[in-house]
Amino acid sequence: MNAIPGRIAPAPLLSVEGLTKWYGHVLGCRDVAFDLRPGEVLGIVGESGSGKTTLLNCISGKLTPTSGEVRFDTRRFGLTDIYGLSEPDRRRMQREEWGFVHQNPRDGLRMRVSGGANVAEPLMNLGGRHYGNMRQATIDWLDRVELDTRRIDDKPRNFSGGMQQRIQVARNLIHGPRLVFMDEPTGGLDVSVQARLLDLLRELVRDLGLAVIIVTHDMAVARLMADRLMVMKGGEVVETGLTDQVLDDPQHPYTQLLVSSVLQI
Amino acid sequence: MTDKPLIIVEDLAKTFVLHNAESATIPVFQDLTLQVAAGECVVLAGESGVGKSTLMRSIFGNYLPTQGAVKVWHDGAYVDITQASPHEVLDVRRRTLGYVSQFLRVIPRVPTLQLVMEPLLENGVAFDEAKDRASELLSALRLPQAHWDLPPATFSGGEQQRVNIARSFIRKYPVLLLDEPTASLDAENRAIVVRLINEALAEGAAMIGIFHDLDVRDSVASRLFEVAQFKAAA
Repeated sequence: MNAIPGRIAPAPLLSVEGLTKWYGHVLGCRDVAFDLRPGEVLGIVGESGSGKTTLLNCISGKLTPTSGEVRFDTRRFGLTDIYGLSEPDRRRMQREEWGFVHQNPRDGLRMRVSGGANVAEPLMNLGGRHYGNMRQATIDWLDRVELDTRRIDDKPRNFSGGMQQRIQVARNLIHGPRLVFMDEPTGGLDVSVQARLLDLLRELVRDLGLAVIIVTHDMAVARLMADRLMVMKGGEVVETGLTDQVLDDPQHPYTQLLVSSVLQI
Repeated sequence: MTDKPLIIVEDLAKTFVLHNAESATIPVFQDLTLQVAAGECVVLAGESGVGKSTLMRSIFGNYLPTQGAVKVWHDGAYVDITQASPHEVLDVRRRTLGYVSQFLRVIPRVPTLQLVMEPLLENGVAFDEAKDRASELLSALRLPQAHWDLPPATFSGGEQQRVNIARSFIRKYPVLLLDEPTASLDAENRAIVVRLINEALAEGAAMIGIFHDLDVRDSVASRLFEVAQFKAAA
């Protein structure tokens, strides 16, 4: 008759504790803590300057936090603080086990090499040497993100923004990561292109069982993609919870303001 | 099947606080207690604004109750929806607790057939079987086959509602919440939905429903539950 909370609790894939980042005396984010399970999609929402991107960069190993820990269940070392790893070990872990989809495809792609080479590069970085296999894997992935595989040798700049973003997605998933970070992945796109990319991301996340941390200021994107949300304001997390609960019954004044400011169509 | 109630609502209270409207508080209900057994359909009664939908949404975990517990029988134990982690609530929703709302939240670009298959795919049913069962149900609900490959965004209200019903009945949820599932349906389609509801009840589902159509209400209700008796003082 007793409720048993926490009964289904597999080990976390990622465990963040007391994460704080100061830029001099300016606060980036303060005392952030959460666990992420395999296959779980966490959305981080908030307005510009709320600390979303600082937090994402700290968690993803791009920006050393002032204090706090980011523990990840690495294949080689188990659950370990990524900032306690040596630089080469951390970089290797990032390459092997993570993906990072930037808002601007130019930040995530090499613009001077072909779309296909962009997609294949993570495989080469991980020691792939068989050209035919890698090319086939690349073709498969271009197809999976709904790109014309005949354009494998075109440079990224010859693709539209939405296509560039799909190349970036393929590049970040081809090596089978377990955790993917996404920073406003649909930020710069037209709505129709955005819908297509979101749908694709949703499907891939479900089929591959990926854990995702996605930063967005767009509540509709958050609702579509995320299992649960963290709402940030002024560098601090002001509310967390199940996505539809946070959006339909927000508790914190700031979340209420944020949700009520969304334009209806 | 268990002889325990599948839903136990204990001393539930919900008050909305609108921080951006001078912290206005809107009390809805308090000390609300309700149990629903397998095979039972409890229909929430009372005029609009009395808190029927608020109660449903609090049970589903969509609204955060101010006090009290909502225990749902899941996987051989009770899970308190008000205290469970997002991860647990999602697991309960995936396998035990279904919700049919009046409105379909459309996902851009996803074709109807696939939308209906999704709850099965998420529960590990093979693609072909999911497809067969989705087709069967959409046929039963008389949704023209020409629509199946289209995303439902442009469908009529009644068609969208039938897609919604198909999505919720394709998986035999042990616990179902029905928020006016027949609101925009014609008589024949209403009858089909009534049949689906009664079949699920016969198989031991526990349901809580809101029905404004009295015929539908009378053909599915095991008993009525007056939400107003728990009205919170303003």
